[in-house]
Amino acid sequence: MIRIKCPYCGERDHSEFTYGGDASIRYPALDASREDWTQAIFFRENIRGFQKETWHHLNGCRMWLEIERSTVTHEIKSVKPCHPDLQKIMDSKK
Amino acid sequence: MTRFNAWNVFKNGLNGQKGWSRQWRDPEPRSNYDVIIVGGGLHGLATAYYLAKNHNLNNIAVLEKGWIGGGNAGRNTTIVRSNYMMPGNHQFYEHSLKLWENLSHDLNYNVMFSQRVHVSLFHSPGAKDSYARRYNIMRLNGTDGELWDLKKLKKKIPILNYNNARFPIMGAAVQPRAGNARHDSAVWGYARSANALGVDIIQNCEVTGITRQNGNIDSLQTSKGSIKGKKIGFAVAGNTSRLWQMAQLGNLPIESHKLQAFVTEAIKPFLDHVVVYGVGGAHFYISQTDKGSLVFGGDLDWYKSYAQRGNLPIVQDVAEAAMAILPSIGRLRLLRHWAGIMDMSMDGTFFICKTPISNLYLNAGWNYGGFKASPASGWYFADLIANEQPHKYIQHHHLERFEQGINLDERGAGPDPKLHG
Ligand SMILES: Cc1cc2nc3c(=O)[nH]c(=O)nc-3n(C[C@H](O)[C@H](O)[C@H](O)COP(=O)(O)OP(=O)(O)OC[C@H]3O[C@@H](n4cnc5c(N)ncnc54)[C@H](O)[C@@H]3O)c2cc1C
Ligand SMILES: [Zn+2]
Repeated sequence: MIRIKCPYCGERDHSEFTYGGDASIRYPALDASREDWTQAIFFRENIRGFQKETWHHLNGCRMWLEIERSTVTHEIKSVKPCHPDLQKIMDSKK
Repeated sequence: MTRFNAWNVFKNGLNGQKGWSRQWRDPEPRSNYDVIIVGGGLHGLATAYYLAKNHNLNNIAVLEKGWIGGGNAGRNTTIVRSNYMMPGNHQFYEHSLKLWENLSHDLNYNVMFSQRVHVSLFHSPGAKDSYARRYNIMRLNGTDGELWDLKKLKKKIPILNYNNARFPIMGAAVQPRAGNARHDSAVWGYARSANALGVDIIQNCEVTGITRQNGNIDSLQTSKGSIKGKKIGFAVAGNTSRLWQMAQLGNLPIESHKLQAFVTEAIKPFLDHVVVYGVGGAHFYISQTDKGSLVFGGDLDWYKSYAQRGNLPIVQDVAEAAMAILPSIGRLRLLRHWAGIMDMSMDGTFFICKTPISNLYLNAGWNYGGFKASPASGWYFADLIANEQPHKYIQHHHLERFEQGINLDERGAGPDPKLHG
């Protein structure tokens, strides 16, 4: 079991979360070329090692998280909310 | 190489089995080959075999970083079927099934292909309609397919849970010619026959770097030194992105995910068919080996991974699915479970194609389904490498199909690799 430290709920089993995917992907402008859109939607670096990826705390607080995790050892280096403002709100409530 | 036949078996029975030779040589690599296939799984070995057999090439090497069949080829649940419906896929997998039907004779090696009937259960009128559509498309294309009502299913497989299942079984979509084969035998059979036609199968030879010259690939750097090849084919399943990046080609429409398989202790003959169960988030497929063990699997682990070991939530999911349809196996002990790294593609369909480098050819994107595909995969990949032209069945199985809008998405699951099975 991978254990994920949700910034809101604390450390939980990964089975409470769903895996989103590569967090480095940025969608291009709506009127960008077909090639740019194809790359963003269909092509992946598929990193072997540490990668930034999204997870959804579906059976918890429902926050989307950005996690740095090794795709070989599954070790997690960092966890933070995808939305930067959420981190600010949580910090201000401390 | 001593051929296997009744006379040789009889003769060696009398002389203490001393008359058998090695099944394949264990050569050191030469410095130059006409074709180098990277990856000694089933797809790499089958490609080398058909390059030699169908296209008369004889200066071929297969480079394998570990031992042949140590990857997904030796880790899968061995189901062979051809119930596909997209154009191209359908003809490709049907040809593969036909090759399986004669493979033991062709390779002079018993791959233990057992056409024991593939039975997909359905649990709602909607699922029945959708199976009817798929299996009718198959029949229109000349593949066998049937729908079994509950009465027939109960007669054929009486041990399923017909009494108090959460999702009552309504019937099944059935492919009678489908079944299982012995994965290790297929690996050894292809290796032995490729070797007999002159192919060098080089184990413990990892490709670690790729040297390019004038746009082409000049040589491969390996743990056994530098090796030149006029043409290079990649058939490395879950490691495709790594090789692709060694060749400085950027990203691929592929993610690596792990899938687990499970084996129980052996019991007396219990299950004659391959049974598939999938409803309400559950996914489960099971068959019984000749030794008596039950072999089964379910979904992949739901997060990207290059680790060849499985995680616990799937063990639980699979055990729950097993109990839902086969409660009578509840007291059996699991002997082993393991995982393999699969090359999940963005539409669930494979790639056999040319690449931006003119002497590099790609074979990848096999998802959960590459075992059954191996004979046809080797056949059409060899054809592409030898003739420089994709056969019409695989004309859309290239990397540009996404930009061109010709996705081959059998399940209609969209561009999320983990959702394709
Ligand atoms: C648990 C599980 C169950 C499955 N069940 C089924 C099933 O029931 N039916 C079905 O049809 N399919 C099934 N599959 C899918 C099927 O096993 C694969 O799609 C298929 O085996 C992949 O092709 P392959 O045999 O060539 O791969 P592999 O055997 O993985 O071969 C690739 C080889 O490349 C080698 N390699 C990698 N990198 C390098 C390098 N740098 N240098 C040299 N060599 C390298 C690897 O060591 C490996 O041996 C299953 C897969 C898994 C994991
Ligand atoms: Zn949470």
